[in-house]
Amino acid sequence: MATFGFVCLVLALIVCAYGIGASLYGVRSGRVEFSESGRRSVYALAGILTTAFLVLEIAFLRSDFAFNAVADTSSRTTPALYRAAAVWSSQEGSLLLWAWLMSMWSSLALFLTRKRLRDVAAYATAIMLGFGGFFVALMVFYADPFATTHPVPAEGVGLDPLLRFPTMMIHPPMLYSGYTLCTIPFAFGMGALLARRVDADWIKAIRRFAFAAWLFLGIGILLGALWSYSELGWGGYWGWDAVENASLMPWLTGTAFLHSLMIQEKRGMLKVWNVSLVLATGTLAIMGTFLVRSGILDSIHAFGGHTLGVPFVCLIGAMIVGSIYLVVSRRDMLRTEHRLDSWLSREAAFLGNNVVLVALCFVIFWGTYFPLISEAVTGQEASVGPPWFDRYTVPLALILVLLSGIGPVIAWRRATLANARRNFLVPIGCALATLLALELAGINQKPLALVLFCLAAFVFGSVGQEFFRGTRARRAMAGEAAPLALLALVRRNRRRYGGYIVHIGIAVLFVGVAASSSFQHASQLSLSPGQSTRVGAYTVRYLRPTATITPKYDQAHTGSTLSLGALLYITKNGHHVATLNPSEGYYASEDPSQGTVGSLIGGQPVSHVAMDASLTRNVWTAIDPDIETPALKRIVTVGNSTLPAEDALVGIAYLARAYLKNPPAAQFNLLVSPLVMWIWIGGLIGLGGGLIALWPAPSAVRRRVAARSRERAVRGLARV
Amino acid sequence: MGFLIAILTLLLVGLVVALVSAPLRRAREPRAPIPQDGESGGAPDAPFAPDSRLRDELEAAREAKYREIRDAELDFRTGKLSSEDYRAIDADLRAEAIEILNQLERLRTRDA
Repeated sequence: MATFGFVCLVLALIVCAYGIGASLYGVRSGRVEFSESGRRSVYALAGILTTAFLVLEIAFLRSDFAFNAVADTSSRTTPALYRAAAVWSSQEGSLLLWAWLMSMWSSLALFLTRKRLRDVAAYATAIMLGFGGFFVALMVFYADPFATTHPVPAEGVGLDPLLRFPTMMIHPPMLYSGYTLCTIPFAFGMGALLARRVDADWIKAIRRFAFAAWLFLGIGILLGALWSYSELGWGGYWGWDAVENASLMPWLTGTAFLHSLMIQEKRGMLKVWNVSLVLATGTLAIMGTFLVRSGILDSIHAFGGHTLGVPFVCLIGAMIVGSIYLVVSRRDMLRTEHRLDSWLSREAAFLGNNVVLVALCFVIFWGTYFPLISEAVTGQEASVGPPWFDRYTVPLALILVLLSGIGPVIAWRRATLANARRNFLVPIGCALATLLALELAGINQKPLALVLFCLAAFVFGSVGQEFFRGTRARRAMAGEAAPLALLALVRRNRRRYGGYIVHIGIAVLFVGVAASSSFQHASQLSLSPGQSTRVGAYTVRYLRPTATITPKYDQAHTGSTLSLGALLYITKNGHHVATLNPSEGYYASEDPSQGTVGSLIGGQPVSHVAMDASLTRNVWTAIDPDIETPALKRIVTVGNSTLPAEDALVGIAYLARAYLKNPPAAQFNLLVSPLVMWIWIGGLIGLGGGLIALWPAPSAVRRRVAARSRERAVRGLARV
Repeated sequence: MGFLIAILTLLLVGLVVALVSAPLRRAREPRAPIPQDGESGGAPDAPFAPDSRLRDELEAAREAKYREIRDAELDFRTGKLSSEDYRAIDADLRAEAIEILNQLERLRTRDA
C-alpha cells in the first residue's frame, strides 16, 4: 500500500497545480466555471490526503515496518493508542498531518463562502492550494511518508517514551489545526488585496476561522504546558522554549486581530493594520512550522544541510515580500473611513490592547530568533533564557490584564468622564479590596504578583458588573427571571459576552501563573528510605521503594520495561495529606551492544510524576533513581553474558528485586506550588468563552434579530 | 497487490476528475437563467461583476450597522453611555443605516 500512498501524494500535487491555474484563470478571465473547478480542487485535495493519511495510519496500527516512518517511530510494544498517534511524531507523518488538516479546513472555508466573495475566494483558493502544494511537494521530493525499506525489520524503534501521554496525542493535532487555520485568513487577506476588495465583507467571511485558529492554538499551547508540567521531570509548565514561543506568537497576533477586526467592521478603521495582522499571523504560523521541522533548533548550521530548511525559507520569504508588496500597493484602498471619536472609547482600549499584544509578540520574536541570527552571523552559540523574557513580558502582561478590564466597561465611539467614573467604581473597589485583603494576610513579599492579583480583581469586577447590568437591563425589558435573563443576554450577544468570559479565563490563568511562580517552594535532594524533608509547610517522608516490570504491569501503560519509584508519605502539621508514588520508567532500546538485559532498559528513561493536586496548591514529586550502583550494574552484566534474549526479562526481575532489597538513595524533585490548578481552570474558562463567541446564532434567531434591527432602523427615519 | 493498487489508483483519479471537471462540463450545457449572487443555481452567474461586489459590500455594511445599533443600545442600557450621547450616536447610526438601505434599494431597482 506504500505505493498507493505515494501515488496519492503525486495526484495531490497535480491537483494543487491544476487548481491554482484554474482559480487564477477563472478570476482573471471572468469564467466562473474555472474558479468553481479550482474550488473543487481543494475538496479533491482533502479527499486524496484523507486517503493518504488513512493508508499511513493503517500501516502504523498494523505495525507494518516496511514503512520507514513506522519502523522509526513505532514498535509492537508501543501501546495501540500511542501507535495511532505515532503518525505525527515522525517528520514525514507530521508534514502529512499538516497538509491534510490544511486541506480539510480550507475545504470548509471555501464551502461556507461558496456563494459569496467569489473573486476573493478564487484568489484565496489559489493561495491555499499553494500551501497545500508546498507541503505535498516536500513529501514527494524530500520527506516521503511512504518510503519503504528492505529487508523489513522485525521490530521498530518505538515511539519516544516522552510522547507516550494522552496530552501528547492531542497536542500536535490541536497545534497543527491552529497553524493551518491561520493560513485561511492569510489566504483570504491576500485574496482581498489581490481582488481589491478590502471592505468588511472578507473580514466577516474569515472571522470564525480566525477565532477557530485562536482557539485551537490556545488549546494546543495549554496541552503542551500541561504535558510539560505533569509529565516532564522539571516541574514547570512554560520554559520560553523556541517551540513553545513559535506557537505563542501567532496566537498573540491572532488575539490582536480578533479585537481590531471589530473596529473595522463597525467603523471602517484600521484596514491596513488588520490586513497586516492577518498576514503576519499566517506568516508566523508557517515560521512556527519551520522552527520545528527545519532542524534549525538543533543548530543554525544544521538547517542548511537539512532538506526542509531552504524550501521553508523560500516560502517564508515569498510570504513576507508578497504581503508587503500587496499592502503597500493597495494603500490607497486601505485608507480609513473614520477617525477615532475619542481616546475614552472602546476603540481606543482595543488599540492599546493591540499595541501591547504586538509588543509582546515582538519581544518573543526577538528572543526566539535573535540567538539563531546571532549564531548564523558570529558562529557562536547564543541563547536567551527565561529571565530575559520575564524582564519584558511581565510588565506587558500586567498592562494587558489591566486593558482586558478597561475594555468591557467603556462604550464604543465615546464615553463621558462621568459615566467612566461610575463604571470604574466597582472594578477599582474590587482591586483595592484585594490589595487590602492580601496586605492583611501578609501576602506582600512579591510586588509584581501583588499587582497582578489586584489587576485580576479589577477584571473580575469589571466583567462581573457587565454581566450584572446586562442581566438587569434584560430583566427590565423582558421581565424574565434573573437566570433566564442572563442566558438570553449571552445567547443574543455571544461575541460580546463570550469575549468577556475569555477575559475572565485569561485573568484566572494569570493568577495561577503569578501565584505558582512567585510563591513556589522547591527542594531537590537525595533521600534514602526512612528519611524526611520539609518543603514549605509540608513534610515528605520516603517510606519505601517500588518496582514494576514488563509493559503489562506498567501503571501508566506507556510500555516501559521497568519502572522504579518511591512511596512518599506527605504530611502537614502532623496530618496525613497524601501518599504519592513517583517513578522512573525504563524503556527498551534498539542498540544490541547493550546486551540482552541491558537493551531492555537501555532506552531513554522517562519520569512519571506523582502529585496531589487541589484548588489551593499542588504537591508535585518526581524521582531519579540510581541504577548505576555497582551491585545493580553487576546484575545487568551477568545477565547479558548468561541470559538469551527470550529470558532477558528474568535479569530485569533480579534487578528489580535487588533494588527493592537494598535501595540506594534516590534523587527527588519536590515542589509545592499554590494555585497551579487555576492555570488549567482559567484555560477551560477561556475555552468555554471562546466556544460561546464562536458558536453561530441559530438561523431563526438571526433572522428575527435582523428583521427587528431592520424595522428599528426604518422606524428611525422619523427621528433622523 | 499491484492489481489492487492499480484499481484503487484508477478509481481515485476517476473520482477526482469527475469532481473537478463537473463545473466545466456543466458550463458547456445549455444555460439556465442566471441566478443572483447569494442564491444557489447551476449555471454560472456574474459573480465578478461590479454590481455583485457592491451588493455584497453593502449587505455586509448593513449587517455591521445593525450590530452597531444593537451594541450602542446595550451600552446605553448597561450604563456606559449617557442618554445625550446615546441619542446622538443612535441618530448617527440610523442615518448611516438608512443611507446603506437606500443604496441597496437603488441597486435593486436598477437590477429590476
